[in-house]
Amino acid sequence: MTAIVRELLAGKRRETGAADLMLQTAEWAAAAFAGMNRGAVEAIVRAAADAGFAHAGRLAEAAVKETGFGVAADKKIKNELCSRGIHEAYRDRDYCGKRVRAEDKIVEIPRPAGVVFALTPSTNPVCTVYFKVLLALMTRNAIIVSPHPLAKACSTEAARVMAAAAEQAGAPAGVVQVIEEPNLALVDYVMRSPRVGVILATGGTPMVRAAYGSGTPAIGVGPGNAPVLVDASADVEAAARRIIDSKSFDNSVLCTNESVVIAEEAIYDKLSTALGRAGAYFAKTDEVDRLRAVLFDGGSFNVALLGRSAATIAQTAGFRVPAATRVLIAPLDRVGVDEPLSREKLCPVLGLVRVPQVNSGIATARALVRLSGAGHSAAIHSRNPANIMAFAAAVKVLRVVVNSSCSQGAAGFSTHLAPTFTIGTGFFGRSSVGENIGPDQLVNWTRIAYDTAEPLGDFSGLEPWSRLLPAATGREAPISLGVLQEGAVKATPAVPDELSVVRDEIRRVVLEELRRALKG
Amino acid sequence: MASLEKQQFIEDSKRFWNPGKTQAWQDMEVDLVIDRREGYFLHDLDGRRLIDVHLNGGTYNIGHRHPELIEVIERAMGRFDMGNHHFPSLGRTALAKELARICGGDMHYTIYGSGGGEAIDIAIKTARHAKQKRKIVSIIRAYHGHTGLAVCAGADRFSKLFLSDRPDEFTQVPFNDLNAMEDAMRAKDVAAVIMETIPATYGFPMPLPGYLNEVEKLCRRYDALYIADEVQTGLMRTGEMWGYQRYGVNPDILVTGKGICGGMYPIACVVVREPYAGWLKEDGFGHMSTMGGAEIGCLVAMKVLEILERPTVRPMVNYIAETMRNGLNEIMSLYSDFFVGIRQCGVVMGLEFDYPEGAKPVMKHLYENGVWAIFSTLDPRVLQFKPGILMTADLCQELLERVERSIGLARAECLGKSLGKSRLRHAA
Repeated sequence: MTAIVRELLAGKRRETGAADLMLQTAEWAAAAFAGMNRGAVEAIVRAAADAGFAHAGRLAEAAVKETGFGVAADKKIKNELCSRGIHEAYRDRDYCGKRVRAEDKIVEIPRPAGVVFALTPSTNPVCTVYFKVLLALMTRNAIIVSPHPLAKACSTEAARVMAAAAEQAGAPAGVVQVIEEPNLALVDYVMRSPRVGVILATGGTPMVRAAYGSGTPAIGVGPGNAPVLVDASADVEAAARRIIDSKSFDNSVLCTNESVVIAEEAIYDKLSTALGRAGAYFAKTDEVDRLRAVLFDGGSFNVALLGRSAATIAQTAGFRVPAATRVLIAPLDRVGVDEPLSREKLCPVLGLVRVPQVNSGIATARALVRLSGAGHSAAIHSRNPANIMAFAAAVKVLRVVVNSSCSQGAAGFSTHLAPTFTIGTGFFGRSSVGENIGPDQLVNWTRIAYDTAEPLGDFSGLEPWSRLLPAATGREAPISLGVLQEGAVKATPAVPDELSVVRDEIRRVVLEELRRALKG
Repeated sequence: MASLEKQQFIEDSKRFWNPGKTQAWQDMEVDLVIDRREGYFLHDLDGRRLIDVHLNGGTYNIGHRHPELIEVIERAMGRFDMGNHHFPSLGRTALAKELARICGGDMHYTIYGSGGGEAIDIAIKTARHAKQKRKIVSIIRAYHGHTGLAVCAGADRFSKLFLSDRPDEFTQVPFNDLNAMEDAMRAKDVAAVIMETIPATYGFPMPLPGYLNEVEKLCRRYDALYIADEVQTGLMRTGEMWGYQRYGVNPDILVTGKGICGGMYPIACVVVREPYAGWLKEDGFGHMSTMGGAEIGCLVAMKVLEILERPTVRPMVNYIAETMRNGLNEIMSLYSDFFVGIRQCGVVMGLEFDYPEGAKPVMKHLYENGVWAIFSTLDPRVLQFKPGILMTADLCQELLERVERSIGLARAECLGKSLGKSRLRHAA
């Protein structure tokens, strides 16, 4: 095709037209999916999770290669957590069948959102795709993934791996789709589409605000900036180890990672020693200045150093650190708007502030969160419940991790919080959801409510979806002969396929029921 | 009751345009005058909205006034017009190359007409040149258009009227009858068999399993070409780009029209296998058509093909076809003494009513209930039911509701019974 013809065909509507078809197919898939029962759905989720797990290592490497962010070995762990881990965590939950609340005379039926539009980040690309796809599948939603442009190849591949396995296991065709060449205008177009049931936005603040501004129901989450308080009652050795493990994990690209350690005077020196032993390098005053300059040159965080190793960052800042260094610690005089290093740092650079007593530590933590990270996460290492309570009540976050790594703890992998890769930042963080995002956020419930004086009917043995027409699967367009055309009766196939036998059986039962109802 | 404006317009149509056809519709109680159209909706001059499942035989396969087609026409008109058919042209060659890629194998050259009939004439002329034989075999009550040769291959109602039938050159045999087909070919004087993959105007009787393959074999055995008229069955309507792919047939010549123009800019195409396109080399000026392959039409066709090739389209056609199937089965079970069968290949569908001309009252009640579908001229027990391939799930549900109501009313009218059964539905 000549350049002239190519150009004439390349109108603006090509991209939105293709997106509309994608959305429309997703709608069809969602309609089919919403009629499937728990057994079928469980098989689909398991297949997708297993496929994701099997490719965890390969896609972890692909993600690091494509984005330059993080550590492949750590990403592999996250990919595993977000595939089989997520499946395990929710496998006993039923988002397909009815819930009878006999005492309230209420029966609840799950109703999926339909089409979930998922924005996924560059920092945790594969695991977030895995996570959101599994959430959608568990709740019988179709999903369209729009990856961050910096991570589009590995994200697309991640979605494809799960899509293929899900469809192989019986999911409706087109239930998982991905926008391979995302751009802002296109994402905005899709977000505004009335075909989207809910937007699940993980990404930078502008993207999250755009999701909320689209007029479509959205679950968007704000950025983190977790303070971690170590009080005098803490097991200091353990605290230091956990903080360094957490901060160095995947070079700190999780939004739940610790930003600034706030240490009570009484244990400051002991903690410093322990942090050093755990693999921290303490930057000298001029080195802190250099770190500040390279990380926040021009005011905002330098994306070029996002998810890089401690050694690389030190080298960029112009100083050398021992090879075994896992985290760079920048001792700070204060936190606040005039100290850039007190903002979110998605890299293994950790602030450290000394406070005379717990209350000033709480005030410092509040100041940090005032700067950014409202509604997100904080951690405390303490054996004193009164301090823990005071900290949790004062700091404007919606999860406080105790005596654990903040990265994994806030995300529900080392605590009993819901395991997630999308942290609800609630009203503090200008979000609609304050919990760890899970499948519950992707489903509404139709409530059958009886008059309080009436007895509740007997719903035992009733499946909500059994009366629906057989669902289309999108796999093959049917062919059939009529009965009035010549030769049709003789040519009717002798051996019907297995699926059609089941369908015919369902149809027979339904028709019988119908006939009985009509006679009565 | 139609508005005064509409009544006057219908009178004018009788006076100046086509009295017979205009009156026929009034007699069938379908006083449709189409005004605005968009997607799969027609708006009558009186403002009534109808879901279009006639689609002019698939012309509006991807919907009326598709926004991407409007855009490509606007862009093309900024630079091109129809072009000059004598010269190599950017649009014609680009589309030909696309069709060669899509058809695959040695389906290689594309020859253009301005409409389906002309394209059929080109296909027949090409086959005659390639085989140096005159005879053409087609199906009784087939429909291939109204131009000189095409009309002879179709039902004789349209050729005899104009004293244009040529029984010595055109033999017709019953559909699905292999013996008759072989008898017609035995003398080896047949240049080509021309087959609508599923005969449309005849009410979409479906090819029996193996029938089309056997016809292809007969063509090979008796040295004739197989011309696939894919005007109504092509362009993803069966779930594959071409209907013959669903039946595993390899035609020598493919004719595509209607849907390929997106309903926006007339064009029809004949794709010919390399060995049978000899006249293009012997005398490339042999067939000429000023408007055939008009360049704006070529760009529209390329956009249509681009849309159809998007990976989302195939599952969508499958969903629509399956949903229609399931919903219609349900309706059939309610009115089983009237609505008796479904002929289907993808979204190419014929609904059978066991009542003389039963599709006509169904058409009328559908019309009154906001759906436009047409009966089969050549078998009026069958309603042609042709949903678009890009229909939404909601629109399909709405369509099924309206169809159920309409068939119930038509049945009551035909069988003279009260509805009897409640129209209970298992609504989704």
